[in-house]
Amino acid sequence: MSARDNILNKIRKAQTPNSNAAEVIAQHLAQHPRGPRPNIPDDLVAHFKARALKLSSDVLETDDSKNVPQLLADYLREKSLPMSGVCWPELADLPWLAAGLEIHSHPPLPHLNPDGTTSHSTKPASGQVAGYLPKGEEANISLREFNDTDAVGVTSAFCAIAETGTLMMLGGADTPATTSLLPETHVAIVDPKRIVATMEDAWELMRKEFSQPPRAVNFISGPSRTADIEQTVTLGAHGPYRVLLILAPL
Amino acid sequence: MMQNNALQFKRQVTIKLADVKLQGALSRLQSRFVEGRSAVISEIADLPQTRDAAAGIRNRVLNDLEHWLLHFEREATARGTVVHWAETGEDVNRIVTEIAAQHGVKTAAKSKSMVSEECGLNDALERAGVTVMETDLGEYILQLAKEAPSHIVAPVVHKNKEEVADLFAEKHGLPRKTGIAELCREAREILRPAFLNADMGISGANFLIAETGSALIVTNEGNGRLVTTLPRVHVAITGIEKVVPTLEDVSTLLRLLPRSATGQSITNYVSMLTGKKSVTDPDGPEHFHIILLDNGRSSLLGGEMQDMLRCIRCGACMNHCPVYQNIGGHAYGWVYPGPMGSILTPLLSGLENSPDLPNASTLCGACAVVCPVKIPLPDLLRKLREKQMERGMKSRQETLLLKTWAWFALHPKLYAFATKVGVKFMAILGGKEKLLHNLPGASGWTNGRDFPAPTGKTFRELYRKEHNK
Repeated sequence: MSARDNILNKIRKAQTPNSNAAEVIAQHLAQHPRGPRPNIPDDLVAHFKARALKLSSDVLETDDSKNVPQLLADYLREKSLPMSGVCWPELADLPWLAAGLEIHSHPPLPHLNPDGTTSHSTKPASGQVAGYLPKGEEANISLREFNDTDAVGVTSAFCAIAETGTLMMLGGADTPATTSLLPETHVAIVDPKRIVATMEDAWELMRKEFSQPPRAVNFISGPSRTADIEQTVTLGAHGPYRVLLILAPL
Repeated sequence: MMQNNALQFKRQVTIKLADVKLQGALSRLQSRFVEGRSAVISEIADLPQTRDAAAGIRNRVLNDLEHWLLHFEREATARGTVVHWAETGEDVNRIVTEIAAQHGVKTAAKSKSMVSEECGLNDALERAGVTVMETDLGEYILQLAKEAPSHIVAPVVHKNKEEVADLFAEKHGLPRKTGIAELCREAREILRPAFLNADMGISGANFLIAETGSALIVTNEGNGRLVTTLPRVHVAITGIEKVVPTLEDVSTLLRLLPRSATGQSITNYVSMLTGKKSVTDPDGPEHFHIILLDNGRSSLLGGEMQDMLRCIRCGACMNHCPVYQNIGGHAYGWVYPGPMGSILTPLLSGLENSPDLPNASTLCGACAVVCPVKIPLPDLLRKLREKQMERGMKSRQETLLLKTWAWFALHPKLYAFATKVGVKFMAILGGKEKLLHNLPGASGWTNGRDFPAPTGKTFRELYRKEHNK
């Protein structure tokens, strides 16, 4: 008898078998009913902003995504933070350079070779900026060097949740989870049209647009924090020290 | 298996009550977590309905656990997750050690998992030659100090920042820091390379979602995300009772868990992990294992203790418990302290090994009031006490005392006489202060505080007097 059989047998013995369990379960899964939810004000954008600020995110707004690089540059300069980092490929076309920022696509954008094939560019010349490091090279990187490369990660979001001021991130080929995790500053461009009221609405949107959840779904609500020492909240534990949300149509 | 030291409970209590530093730490916990919860729980307008719904979700699964587990296993397997079943903590240790050997794992980075504490996993892995790094700040501090957690959410609540500063200075060999933010940054810088170098990530799972075959973890520090994203192997260990049917159901539970635990409307990160990395994924583990641990949980099903399996490990019961607030978590002797621990430890680790725990409660009921999934904790504690009585597990002194009382209670005239004499005698002993400093046979009480002396009249005498006015 395997451990699996033993455990299932113990459970079976303890409980009166439910003859139509399979049906009841299938029905609950098919209907996936919602539980009680709080009333969220109609102005989802305003509510999202208020909740995000409460969770120590910074919030900026613009009506044109072309302005995002300049907003970010001003934000970083004001805080004397490094002006370089990585972004998801979909954001690579924004005018980063013009705003004085050195932002590389991670993963790298495909290049069109002279023979018509495509290949991915090698690592950005400035070094491994905030992207995750390939195996084998890690051991050679000292603490100091690593922190030097720990700069800014720019992402969008699958959607955002007004109830708690939360970003919903779906991992995928062009949306690595590390971009919002390893850098000390995470910048997320949030399309106001993609702000939903509750987590249940966010799942519904995912069900509509994807046949199954991606490997990693991450809900992010502000900078990483710890209160382990004397229950004193300290921002910047193992993840970003700050999260900047830029509301802009995408 | 982690050793159960609950037999030392009474001795530990005496030590903990006299520990000035611990008392300071515990008062901080009370103000942060109790007040924190009360500030955000009111955001849920229909709290009673939400708690009912949460308890209902947990019951739905527990009443049909076999089918929900099988559904979960099917969905998880379909996404490339390897599901393991473990009857005991030793089985978990063996399975993780085998996975490590199979993938040539030399180092593991671990986020907080109380289930792994049940198993004593770190020691087992170290014996097998795998270096384990705890990465939750609290657990990392405990690993350096070679201590056990004293709270399921805030494991290092018993230490103050001076102690952490001394520990870091000694172990890291860096200049001693004094600020909490500096200490956090130092730990971050030490641990970053550990995340990047680890071959294996080990985590718990707050919930398993049957609909999608996913493991869901709630964290604040980001270490949970790192250990489930960077290493090439990820092992999640959790109890068989942690299954939740759907994404909607988990949303309901997530409204209550962080609010009840730390007074947050949501934790910084909620990560849902489904299957292993696909060919196109730029990150994520190539191998994803989920271990389902029984370790006595199945024996709670179908009986009067099943309600305990609803527990979502928020820690609200201990934060609000006047006993925990005074003695902290270590005195409870095993992994789980406070009211939930006083029930789980005897049930999972033997009532005979933890005779004092069901009695370590005033039955004030605060735990039941704050429990997000409506576990009737005081009722369950009372049932465990009944079990002790039935099995003759009470001390001879206590049994004799109860038998004597029962005999007098059945002889009302003698009862009245005995109490009349007793009360008068105690009133004289109490003197002007009306306090008893010593009481034969009750030194456990009078060592810590005075016993208020009776005023010289019994309840019956007072009642008669009031009535005949």
